[in-house]
Amino acid sequence: MEVRPILSAMRRNKFGALLIAAQMAVTLAFLANAITLIEQRTAWSDRPSGVDEQNVFVISTDNMEHSADLAARQAADEAALRSMPGVLDAYAANMYPMEGGGWVETVSLTAKQKIGNATAAYYMGDQHALATLGLRLVAGRNFTAEEIVDRGELDQVDKGGVIVTKALAEKLFPSGNALGQSIFVESDEKSSPIIGIVDRLQGPFTVATGLLSTFPEYSVLAPLRLLSPSPQYMVRTQPGQLDAVMKAAEAKLLALDDNRILRGQSMLQIRAAAYRGDHGLIILLVAVCTALLIVTAFGIIGLTSYWVALRRQQIGIRRALGATRQAIVRYFQTENLLIAGAGTAAGIACAIALNLWMVRSFAMVRMDNSRVFLGALIMLLLGQAAVLWPALRAASIPPALATRGG
Amino acid sequence: MFNYYLRLGLRSLKRNAVLTALMITAIAVGIGAAMTTLTVFRAMSGNPIPQKSSQLFAPQIDNWGPDRPEGLSSDHLEFQLSYTDAMALMKARAAKRQSALMATRFALRPSNPGQKPFKVFARAAYADFFPMFDVPFKYGGPWSAADDENRAPVTVITRETNDRLFGGANSIGKTIRLDNDNYTVTGVLDDWHLIPHFYDLGIRPFGDSEGVFLPFTRAIDKKMPPTGSTNCNSDVDPGFAGLLQSECVWLQFWVELPSAADAEKYRTFLNNYAAEQQRLGRFHWPPHTQLRDVTDWLAYRHIVPNEVHILILVSFGFLLVCLMNAMGLMLAKIMGRAGDIGVRRALGASRGAIFMQCLIETGIVGLAGGIVGLGLTALGLWAARSLLTKEFVALTHLDLTDTGLTVLLAVAATVAAGLYPTWRAAHVQPAWQLKAQ
Repeated sequence: MEVRPILSAMRRNKFGALLIAAQMAVTLAFLANAITLIEQRTAWSDRPSGVDEQNVFVISTDNMEHSADLAARQAADEAALRSMPGVLDAYAANMYPMEGGGWVETVSLTAKQKIGNATAAYYMGDQHALATLGLRLVAGRNFTAEEIVDRGELDQVDKGGVIVTKALAEKLFPSGNALGQSIFVESDEKSSPIIGIVDRLQGPFTVATGLLSTFPEYSVLAPLRLLSPSPQYMVRTQPGQLDAVMKAAEAKLLALDDNRILRGQSMLQIRAAAYRGDHGLIILLVAVCTALLIVTAFGIIGLTSYWVALRRQQIGIRRALGATRQAIVRYFQTENLLIAGAGTAAGIACAIALNLWMVRSFAMVRMDNSRVFLGALIMLLLGQAAVLWPALRAASIPPALATRGG
Repeated sequence: MFNYYLRLGLRSLKRNAVLTALMITAIAVGIGAAMTTLTVFRAMSGNPIPQKSSQLFAPQIDNWGPDRPEGLSSDHLEFQLSYTDAMALMKARAAKRQSALMATRFALRPSNPGQKPFKVFARAAYADFFPMFDVPFKYGGPWSAADDENRAPVTVITRETNDRLFGGANSIGKTIRLDNDNYTVTGVLDDWHLIPHFYDLGIRPFGDSEGVFLPFTRAIDKKMPPTGSTNCNSDVDPGFAGLLQSECVWLQFWVELPSAADAEKYRTFLNNYAAEQQRLGRFHWPPHTQLRDVTDWLAYRHIVPNEVHILILVSFGFLLVCLMNAMGLMLAKIMGRAGDIGVRRALGASRGAIFMQCLIETGIVGLAGGIVGLGLTALGLWAARSLLTKEFVALTHLDLTDTGLTVLLAVAATVAAGLYPTWRAAHVQPAWQLKAQ
């Protein structure tokens, strides 16, 4: 296809061509960044927590009377839960993955270290914790009953060996010899050996940006039983029995002591609530991007239709002089490709600039170059698809029009 | 003349209904998206207490020194105070009003045995809290300074709590049971929803607020566990006493300083306090303090989520594309009528007249786009509300200003976008057009 006549025709319609190119550039800039953000948030909210989420629920309690013997009441609750049919295991937890907020400690390799080596989520649990959550031990061992120490929320106590996640172990000991090494966590004077490593245990935080998102897979599980005036219990059920067991568990705990407020939540409910914002963002971005593409497509259709209308007579003359229908269609397609090419080239630059700016100002993720090119490809295809209808209309202009005029 | 142009405009728009509909839709969708995000943004970043925001300040004192966990704050200051510092500021009474604050929660057991107990968030504060933040009362009033001193079991409850417990009746003098203790109600608040919850941004700045208030001294006396964040830089002795003695920061603190001179004086006071702590050997670093008013505080805490900023950007980018689109269509439309315009020019219409006529035509398109856009904004906000907490509902409604702004924005943007096509129309050569006919 000869490009020169197209260019000279375009020169007579500079403004329209410029408008389409600019529209495509802006659309591409936002499209590429939106794809990046959608991918990031999808990956973020789909991460496995390490917990057997299908079969685990949390039951939070709030007690009316502050019992003097928290340990006894908690032990009674745990025993009651574990004895229930359909329950695999249960324990009292200080927090759980995706809770939204929780306990964080710095982890150091030496005593009295001013700046820690890592920041990690600080889980407490007894020898039932691993089995209850369904965590996979990849090295070392579980806690024994003798190692578990009772503590109040504000009481720092001496504790034995801890279990850490693989991610934290690799961060602290890159050479892979974490098992058996000592770390300082919660106390900067007394160290604890690493006695076990689990494959995965996500922290309680779910915000996708900021400080709290920088250590999502770093967790420490300490052999502690938190005695709380409002304890929360993690319960793992036989597959498929969660709903029934959760209801029965609430009834059972109330039967033990009805002077409290109970609230059961499955891990799946917790996950849905935790990532509601991310999912909302994804939906909004998909909606806006779709609308952007539609509007841009209509813009192309509208302006090309106008050009077709403007050039009816010329097209008729060309047809009369022997140009085939395909040649007319190809003319408009090539014209659009040229405009879209220019727009896309500008769009790539805009997309990168926009991304850099958003990274700096709004903690946006860095865009992968492949996403820009994906966006560019989408824009070129969109242009070709949008121009097809007006181009076909142009091709159907009869050659006889040339002789009639007007 | 205006009426004539209006008629001409409407006629011309009707003649090419599809193109007109496309333009109006493009503008409406763009305006709808932009105004929806903007309204949500304004709700989130609004000034929660405009009448007093420049008189309320949050003091900060560096009690950790240069050795601190990385990345917690940009300026080596914590957002909250330690008990030691909060009590020192309370004791000094260097401001017109001041209050240390902490969040906690209770199990509230209604006296009516038919009602189930429920969890309630509580705010522990000094009596100054209520006049300082202009808190409106429906019945009664704050507790007294003497109650603060005596750690009295008194409480102020919100209107919602009062509705739930007492069916909205005047409950002054009645008691409510929080955990193990009875508290006498001294006041019931009227509707009071601060968004954002500037005095404690650590817990759900846009979410549910507390249902009961009690004296700070009472909460400390009862060793109530703080809800919200407690940050420590070193090992802490066991128990509540350990927390009170520690350098952990876990309390919010606000002061009222009516004039700029008062604020300046308070800054000096804070620095002197920190210098004294250095002299006493508690701080091993020179005084580092800060005093920020409400607006500065909100900016400093970056409470509007990045996602909202990104959505604003995206929606305005979308509006831009929509307007460019409308501009292109308008160009097509107006230039498609070059013949008509040529005839009018040849019959003696001036350039200005043609310009006016086209301007009115684009104005009509803008107005229609704005009105449809307003509907879409309302729809967008309705959707946003279902994604946000109920406190937002009051703030994300469209008021008269928003409505006016939306329509104005649509008309202005459309007319601006239509300027070039209009200018082109005004420069149609009558002779050339007539010849082509």
